[in-house]
Amino acid sequence: MGKETKKIKIGLPRALHFYKYHISWEEFFERAGFELVVSPLTNQEILKKGVNLAVDESCLSLKIYLGHIDWLKDKVDYIFIPRIVSLHKKEEACTKFMSLNDIVRNTFPGLKIIEYTIDANKFRFEFFKILRTIFSLKHNPIRILQAYYYAKKKQSDYEKARIEEQTSKIKNKDPNKPMILVVSHPYTTYDSLLGKPITKFLESQGVDILYADIVDIKEALEQSKKISKDLYWTYNKELLGAIEIYKQYVDGIIFLMVFPCGPDALVINLCQNKIKDIPLSVITLDELSGEAGLKTRLESFVDILKIKKKKNGKK
Amino acid sequence: MEKNNNIKKISFPHMGNYFYALKPLALLLADEVIMPPPITKKTIELGTKHSPESACIPFKYNLGNFIEALDLGANILVQSGGGCRFGYYGEVQENILKNLGYKFEFLKFVNDFSIIKISKYIKLNNPELSYFKIFKTILFSYLRVRLIDKIEAYLRMNIGFEVKNGDFERNLKLFLNELDKSKNILDLSKLKKKYLEILKNIPTKKPQNPIRVGIVGELYVLMEPFSNFNIEKELGRRGIEVHRFCSVSSILHDIFTFDSHTKSFLKHAAPYLKYHIGAHGTESVGLANKLRKQGFDGIIHVKPFGCMPEVNAMSALHRMAKEHNFPILYFSFDSQTSETGIKTRIEAFYDMLMMKKKRDTMQI
Repeated sequence: MGKETKKIKIGLPRALHFYKYHISWEEFFERAGFELVVSPLTNQEILKKGVNLAVDESCLSLKIYLGHIDWLKDKVDYIFIPRIVSLHKKEEACTKFMSLNDIVRNTFPGLKIIEYTIDANKFRFEFFKILRTIFSLKHNPIRILQAYYYAKKKQSDYEKARIEEQTSKIKNKDPNKPMILVVSHPYTTYDSLLGKPITKFLESQGVDILYADIVDIKEALEQSKKISKDLYWTYNKELLGAIEIYKQYVDGIIFLMVFPCGPDALVINLCQNKIKDIPLSVITLDELSGEAGLKTRLESFVDILKIKKKKNGKK
Repeated sequence: MEKNNNIKKISFPHMGNYFYALKPLALLLADEVIMPPPITKKTIELGTKHSPESACIPFKYNLGNFIEALDLGANILVQSGGGCRFGYYGEVQENILKNLGYKFEFLKFVNDFSIIKISKYIKLNNPELSYFKIFKTILFSYLRVRLIDKIEAYLRMNIGFEVKNGDFERNLKLFLNELDKSKNILDLSKLKKKYLEILKNIPTKKPQNPIRVGIVGELYVLMEPFSNFNIEKELGRRGIEVHRFCSVSSILHDIFTFDSHTKSFLKHAAPYLKYHIGAHGTESVGLANKLRKQGFDGIIHVKPFGCMPEVNAMSALHRMAKEHNFPILYFSFDSQTSETGIKTRIEAFYDMLMMKKKRDTMQI
């Protein structure tokens, strides 16, 4: 067999948790000696494929995810899909992250998947799981260990840098420009079809944007208890904590929600009831959303913030 | 201060006929149990009005129940939870109701069903009770649940074949009435004997080999007949033998035996599932696959619109149906679903099953 001649190709779909962890994944697979293929930015074709493949009631993000896998499936040997049950004790991820592997397997029978389970309630050492999964492909535990270490390091450095960038944004803020906090999951905020057009449009309207997913996670989890005590979805908890941390700096909050997102439906309702001192707007995105209506809503929201800011300034 | 003057009135949402079973347990926490009025169109309208729009339908029913109970004077509400979104119902509902201006106490049992914790909680609220009494009541409630499930399971399989229309339902009502009055475990065993005897003596004409359909899916819409437009009765009336395996006793069994059910269902679900997919999704797939192997004629899968675990399960069910040419009918319930649409679909499904059965027997 041609052992060293050909590198194994691993596919990373650019959707869902990719946006949260891609720095470490890319580093890990490159250092461990695999060839990486990342699917392109979401485009209409990928969305269309995904919509056709998925059960029609599943959420838009999952549809996009399946579209990306469809793009990747013939170009790679394996597709990397970690299964996240829970990241912290007594917390959970959305059930979609639990069942992702099985959904993909059922939608694309015969697809080769690299997978491992992260479940903080049962077993805490992520590394051993990775080692076990990757070892069958690469018999070099030291190299895997090294790759894992550097991947983790790079990810945390990257996150720290982003947080610093955001804090400097707050410090150097232009007092006349309104600042908006965009609250949504990273896979919505940074997706080229979902969140990107919205944040771009907001910036063109002369608004500074803070992102709720750029936050010190430990602090955010702690702070989220001020808004909701019982919440057990880790990703939503982080976002709620971020609201609590950034609330004092911003003039308005925009929630981006994909339809139908299970956790967000309840959490955003709670926020609407509990956060009364800041104007907030909830934007629901689905595969049919027309751009014109969306722009009008955003424009009027920004106008309200600007008028409010002027009034407060005069006082 | 106020508490001494006020009578504590407790209430909790409906689900099927289980309200009767949990009544004695709720009585330990308060002086009086308020039963929310039976679910009607008004309940769901109230619930929908005040719920977030993309919340699932059980959330809306529960909220409607709460509002109706509060209007009747309840001042303690109980909500449990766990698994999927259900675990987070409590906090959001409490918030909505408080915003509506109601004053009440809200008890939440989230992701936590251990008997010891529940009994400790009861003891904390009502220190005069002895632990013996608490355990006894828990056992009593549990046995009531079991009894209801036993009677209803028999009913479900036979109601379609009764000779005189309405015999079974009348007896079910009588049974629930008597169950409500029962005082101790002995009463329950007498009741069980009496009603199983009565039900067995109701004349039925069952064909030799009726169409058998399993019904799987999300708990609430499975167990609350109003929310699924009496789908079981509708099927029964067409002469289909309906099998449902999910009931409160099966859930309790699961909790006491550390998810042994779920694990066994995961085995049945192979090769369509490799991992647990959350809440009852695994069970839906496992059960469907098991029933297919047992030779059932079809499966009906029910869920509220947007139910996360069940939507996950659907991709596996789709593949199973395709690979084995096995009929599965999917229903997704929302506050807007119309009854006629459901009836038509059931009718078509029935016709299809009949034709398939005929063809299969001819081939043999």
